[in-house]
Amino acid sequence: MWRVISERFHQGFRTGKFPLEEPKLPPRFRGLPRFDGECPSGCRACEELCPFGACAVRERKMAIDLGRCLFCADCPACPQGRITFSNDYRLAVRRRQDLLYSGGAYPLAEPLEPARLKLFGRSLKLRQVSAGGCNACEADCNVLNTLVFDLGRFGIQFVASPRHADGILLTGPVTENMRSAVLDTYEAVPGPKVVIAVGACGVNGGPFVDSPETNQGLGTLLPVDLYIPGCPPHPYTILDGLLRLLGRR
Amino acid sequence: MMKNDLEAQLLKNGGTVDLSLMESLGYDEFSRCLLAEVKAGGRVAALFGVPGEGKNEGLELFALIARDRSAQIAVYRTEVGTSFPSLTQSCPQIHLFEREIAEQYGVTPTGHPWLKPLRFHRVWQGDTDVWGRPPDERPRPGDMEFYRIEGEGVHEVAVGPVHAGIIEPGHFRFQCYGEKVMHLEISLGYQHRAIEPMLLAGPHPFTMAQMETIAGDTTIGHGLAYCQVIEALSGCVVPERAQSIRAMALELERLANHVGDIGALAGDIGFLPTASFCGRLRGDYLNLSAALCGSRFGRGLVRPGGVLFDLDATLASGMQTRIDEIEGNTLGALNLFFDEPSVLGRLEGTGRVSRSVAEDLGLVGVAAKACGVPRDSRFFHPTGVYRQLFDEMITEETGDAMARAHVRLRETMVSIDLLRRIGTSLPAGPVKVPVGPLKANTLAVSLVEGWRGEVVHVGITDAGGRLRRYKIVDPSFHNWSGLAMALRDEQISDFPLCNKSFGLSYCGFDL
Ligand code: SF4
Ligand code: SF4
Repeated sequence: MWRVISERFHQGFRTGKFPLEEPKLPPRFRGLPRFDGECPSGCRACEELCPFGACAVRERKMAIDLGRCLFCADCPACPQGRITFSNDYRLAVRRRQDLLYSGGAYPLAEPLEPARLKLFGRSLKLRQVSAGGCNACEADCNVLNTLVFDLGRFGIQFVASPRHADGILLTGPVTENMRSAVLDTYEAVPGPKVVIAVGACGVNGGPFVDSPETNQGLGTLLPVDLYIPGCPPHPYTILDGLLRLLGRR
Repeated sequence: MMKNDLEAQLLKNGGTVDLSLMESLGYDEFSRCLLAEVKAGGRVAALFGVPGEGKNEGLELFALIARDRSAQIAVYRTEVGTSFPSLTQSCPQIHLFEREIAEQYGVTPTGHPWLKPLRFHRVWQGDTDVWGRPPDERPRPGDMEFYRIEGEGVHEVAVGPVHAGIIEPGHFRFQCYGEKVMHLEISLGYQHRAIEPMLLAGPHPFTMAQMETIAGDTTIGHGLAYCQVIEALSGCVVPERAQSIRAMALELERLANHVGDIGALAGDIGFLPTASFCGRLRGDYLNLSAALCGSRFGRGLVRPGGVLFDLDATLASGMQTRIDEIEGNTLGALNLFFDEPSVLGRLEGTGRVSRSVAEDLGLVGVAAKACGVPRDSRFFHPTGVYRQLFDEMITEETGDAMARAHVRLRETMVSIDLLRRIGTSLPAGPVKVPVGPLKANTLAVSLVEGWRGEVVHVGITDAGGRLRRYKIVDPSFHNWSGLAMALRDEQISDFPLCNKSFGLSYCGFDL
């Protein structure tokens, strides 16, 4: 017993000050892309060069679809080198089209509408489903339960059964072999409910967007309330998104 | 010593064979060689089908046998028609390889004692699978005959695919007598993303990202294995500094996962101090990877030809300082766990696998080492800095959950020491060199000791130097069978603890 207490003392108090203090992310962390949507060259090379189809040029304006983007360290998309990444980890949005980013202000997620906010604002129970996720997105959800992030202090909890849940949080591109299990789990959650897609896979298929064995994430299967991009998203990106959805940030 | 009458092509880890010079054996000769290799202590690192290049050509089989003692890999090839005699009865460690060949190419290993689907996908060539399903019918996951025991008091428990925690999907079928498990059958495939087929005619621009996410917790392990195949096929020599940085990343990945797994075991046992300390410490190791390359999982670090991120002097010394800081906390948290009698009581004797079963099933990595079976490609087939720096392979004797936890504890200490030694002897020079085109008609193999165990990648190019077949073997491919055996005669309530003590990958198996 004394050893446990002394070790506890030795390990110190570790719960982060988030959201009162912004997290310190390493300088090489790749967050919100930094580029100017007004493309001077108009070469449209990025449309071909991004292997995941994340770039599109419309009327000289370049947009990166953050729902498809993997935040690659060696992003080959722009031959002029106009795409770099900032340290901004806040990426969650409410609508799919908000992920088409052309630089400038980013439309961060708004809270749920009043009816559901009233129900879930102070207590949100989520059933996590992995459907072809590589276990990195899953790990970054799991880590929110550790004492550094301490998800429970926000009234958010992952639960064991869809029957106990207010919504599902999905990771993975939705493999064909998991498709019906995902839909069944969604059905089993009593309404009203929320659906959260975490990671490039869950949003749009991620690295597996062109696989014959996967769907393109949840987008085409279920109505999604919150999109959290990244491959995988940083735990703070997920936490920030959840808190915004509940109107807590 | 191996008898010289085995006509094998021998290569080293990271080596290549020119396939135009390699003879194809008759199947009888192929099976004789394979069984003789295994009898002499070889392990089947990979066994897979390669379709002929013409339309109506048959299927070739390639076997890669790791001869650990001589640091060699022996390669054999043969050709089969619509069926071939199964070797599983005399060599159980290939049971899943044969099932895989059957499922992928619709070729029957006749006499296979347990011929069931592995991943539940359509056959890759031809119209009919070996289970006679019509070509337009997609197999349903988990739709197969499970082994059943009948009798009074015997009941079946089915769990999954969706589990209670934040965990990947898989289906477990227990045959129980009361609380006691007589048999566990594991049916996976839910995470199948068709990674191997997507590599055909590659490498493609999207390939590297897929290699890093075969099993996302083994980003460095699989990413490195892939890069070594591409480097072997293109004859690229990776700068020493890059090799050191790769090894640091591989050890950081091991540390994060081992420490995290011990924390998860502590959580299952209900020993919360270690569970919560380790949850945070795992993050500390992940954050070191993020300091190096921006991603906690090492995404974007390893690329063919080297690494994308260098360590400048400030970053290198900053990382060393940080390692010194967390080392004390790590050992404190782990020792607390291993000194607690109630913890030991839960782990000792639980989920035991014998040494002979481990050898028969071809277990690798932590699961094998826990049974006293020496398996570590850093030791037997070293590449890069491991040639000089790695000499401390860990094994335990008891084969139970305790042994598996203990391997992780001791490997944690070895990895911290390795990090320090690599970090203080970083060679100068570039961290990346250009990679040329791939050699035509060539096979290359790469073994990497990921944190779970040996990761095997094999690439085969066509006449134009594109990938004609790419085979990936995640350590979990072998080790799930170990978990099934560990459950025999255990209480069903011990399943979560046994499962955690193996800590296997679903998507790595399902690819
Ligand atoms: S970072 Fe990767 S996914 Fe995103 S635009 Fe660049 S290449 Fe495409
Ligand atoms: S988005 Fe990336 S990290 Fe998340 S599950 Fe998909 S591949 Fe893995």
